Amino acid sequence: MLQSQIDRIARATPPALAARVRGLSDRAIAWLFVAPSILLLLAINIFPLIWTIRLSFTNYRVNRPNQALEFIGLQNYTRILTDSDIWLSMQATAHFLIWTIALQVLIGFSLAYLINKKFRGNNLWTTIIVLPMMLSPAVVGNFWTFLYQPQIGLFNYAVSFVSGISPSSFSMIGSTTLAPWAIVIVDTWMWTPFVMLICLAGLRSIPTSIYEAAECDRASNWRQFWTITFPMVLPFLMLAVLFRGIENFKMFDLVVQLTGGGPGSITELTSINLKRAAFEQWRTGYASAYAVILFVTVFGLASIYVKALNKVKQR
Amino acid sequence: MRSALKNTAVVAAAFAGLTVATSSGAHAEDLTLCWAAWDPANALIELSHDFEAKSGNVMHYEFVPWTSFADRMLNELNSGGKLCDLMIGDSQWIGGAAENGQYVKLNDFFDKEGIKMEDFIPATVVGYAEWPKNTPNYWAMPAFGDVVGWTYRKDWFSRPELQAEFKQKYGHDLAIPKNWDELTQIAEFFQGRVIDSKTVYGAAIYTERGSEGITMGAMNALYSYGFEYENPKKPYELEGFVNSPGAVAGLEEYKKLYKCCTPPGHSDAYMTEDVDAYKSGQVALQMNFTFTWPGINADANVGGDKSGYFPNPAGPNGIQFAQLGGQGISVVAASSKQSAALDYIKWFGQPEIQQKWWKLGGYSALRKVVEDPGFASSQPYAKPFLDSMAIVKDFWAEPSYASLLQATQKRFHNYVVADQGTAKEALDGLVKDWTEIFKDDGKY
Repeated sequence: MLQSQIDRIARATPPALAARVRGLSDRAIAWLFVAPSILLLLAINIFPLIWTIRLSFTNYRVNRPNQALEFIGLQNYTRILTDSDIWLSMQATAHFLIWTIALQVLIGFSLAYLINKKFRGNNLWTTIIVLPMMLSPAVVGNFWTFLYQPQIGLFNYAVSFVSGISPSSFSMIGSTTLAPWAIVIVDTWMWTPFVMLICLAGLRSIPTSIYEAAECDRASNWRQFWTITFPMVLPFLMLAVLFRGIENFKMFDLVVQLTGGGPGSITELTSINLKRAAFEQWRTGYASAYAVILFVTVFGLASIYVKALNKVKQR
Repeated sequence: MRSALKNTAVVAAAFAGLTVATSSGAHAEDLTLCWAAWDPANALIELSHDFEAKSGNVMHYEFVPWTSFADRMLNELNSGGKLCDLMIGDSQWIGGAAENGQYVKLNDFFDKEGIKMEDFIPATVVGYAEWPKNTPNYWAMPAFGDVVGWTYRKDWFSRPELQAEFKQKYGHDLAIPKNWDELTQIAEFFQGRVIDSKTVYGAAIYTERGSEGITMGAMNALYSYGFEYENPKKPYELEGFVNSPGAVAGLEEYKKLYKCCTPPGHSDAYMTEDVDAYKSGQVALQMNFTFTWPGINADANVGGDKSGYFPNPAGPNGIQFAQLGGQGISVVAASSKQSAALDYIKWFGQPEIQQKWWKLGGYSALRKVVEDPGFASSQPYAKPFLDSMAIVKDFWAEPSYASLLQATQKRFHNYVVADQGTAKEALDGLVKDWTEIFKDDGKY
């Protein structure tokens, strides 16, 4: 049946085309098939990257089409790297990155460890826990502004209930001390389930026979955790850290909805800062240099991290 | 025979229909008007039915919320997009849009159609239509007059026990404030007070960080305290004008008002948040653009006799200015339907249409409408609106306005809300930022 279909197609192929295809090597045909994907990749990834690098050495502004394009060397890079506001923005990003990852790993792994135990309603709890990560970040940011509202916000009331402080006496997103933590809390609430799922996959991939052998050797639960569970889940955990690290380095929507980068510039993460330079101030050349710096930073850190991850996997 | 006649009639009717459709189709255009998503935009849709009926053109609308209006529309203009044929753009865009060829220059059109800019409120012509400012080069027709003003709870102000207590405390009547000092006193008086078993607060003011909120708010205090954008005799000379002692005092006054007298959590509030705070009965005073006044007047909770309106108060030396809002209507240069778009502007500028515009809730900038003897008494907010329009000042309208605005937002929010540094440091920093931007623009 299949053979006859192939014969039919072969007969329908014009002789000239068939001759041309017959003349191609396997390698050429392979290139022919991957060429569209490569071209697409070049057009939407590589070309914009090269173009961005080129623009980063110019004074180009997209809203001034009549202005002459000048090559200004490393001026944009010097300006960015010597700008104290940019470094404050980097600090805000580092604070956000470190704390969200630490909390998400800790809580995510703990939840995965609990969920991995067999108990009634296990599936229902898993579903409830993963709900936040299914929501849109913009929606999450928006409704957390209500939760943080000092007069009607549930968060403030919960804190008040536990601590006895008046709910309207503090503003999570209006205070320079609390706002950096306000964004950490929301991101942790939203993305801990993601880390939990990855850890759960790691925990479920550990063969039970290893635990059985450990029990035969009379290893305590504590010892089993540190010598079996943790080392075997570690590559998964590191992968989760990599994903969350990259994601949170470019965090934008959630924080914009929550604080708009304020109060002042306390929660103005690098991506918000970059967006303002590129699409509010229209300093295209400057913003391109900024983007290149961030790209190199993320790429460099991620490469080092992936090498470490591979070493852990090989152990 | 009957059937043949019937057939002939059907064919004739079809032909006639086709002819009409073709003749009107030859001129009818689908026009898209871009503006912010707010109450006046709905009024404009209502108003424009008349234009559609008269011209045969079909109007479409692209309305974007205020907080992302500039982002979205400037992106559209900068990319040469053809989405908008008509743009009711912010007053500050005019410099960039004119210099970069994004708006059609309207001088010839105005001359041809007999549209005179002298027929409009002078401040709106300078603010919404001219570039360079104070020169007869027109890029828009004033479409919507707007300015920052204040709303107050008239019903609370008129309570005898509150009046007596206020007079005893401050030594003057609880009435519309004559200056910023009195305004802050009133806000202070109401802050945390229990009225009708509900805790209320002093004032809802602009503190928004992301777009333009805190600048549009704080400038009202700064202007009245003597802030100037530049040396009036030497353009772009900022030192001593932007950071003058008066400007510093103005910024300090704004921070004082924010710290003492706003509702809890009012750290990122703009038009919507202020209206919400006022309509829900939380505050005694509200700073907002006058476009919100018709909605407040009609509100079941705080409308009618419960609310009053007044222009931004003077500073300690009697100087009184208010932040200009509002927009002009322009034809987008990238549009392929410029002729129909110009027809819309011609229609919109007619006195009877402008009169109807005011009745529907749009603030007309046509003098014939606002100087009509019956105008001031036509609505309780009509006179305060006119008084406010007489004292306007606007932010930079330079092509670099967005950079200038972002720097201001950052400096003001850092000082007022985030408690960083002093007012003098904030304004000195602003001079530094603005100087750098103007240097990049080749102004020095």
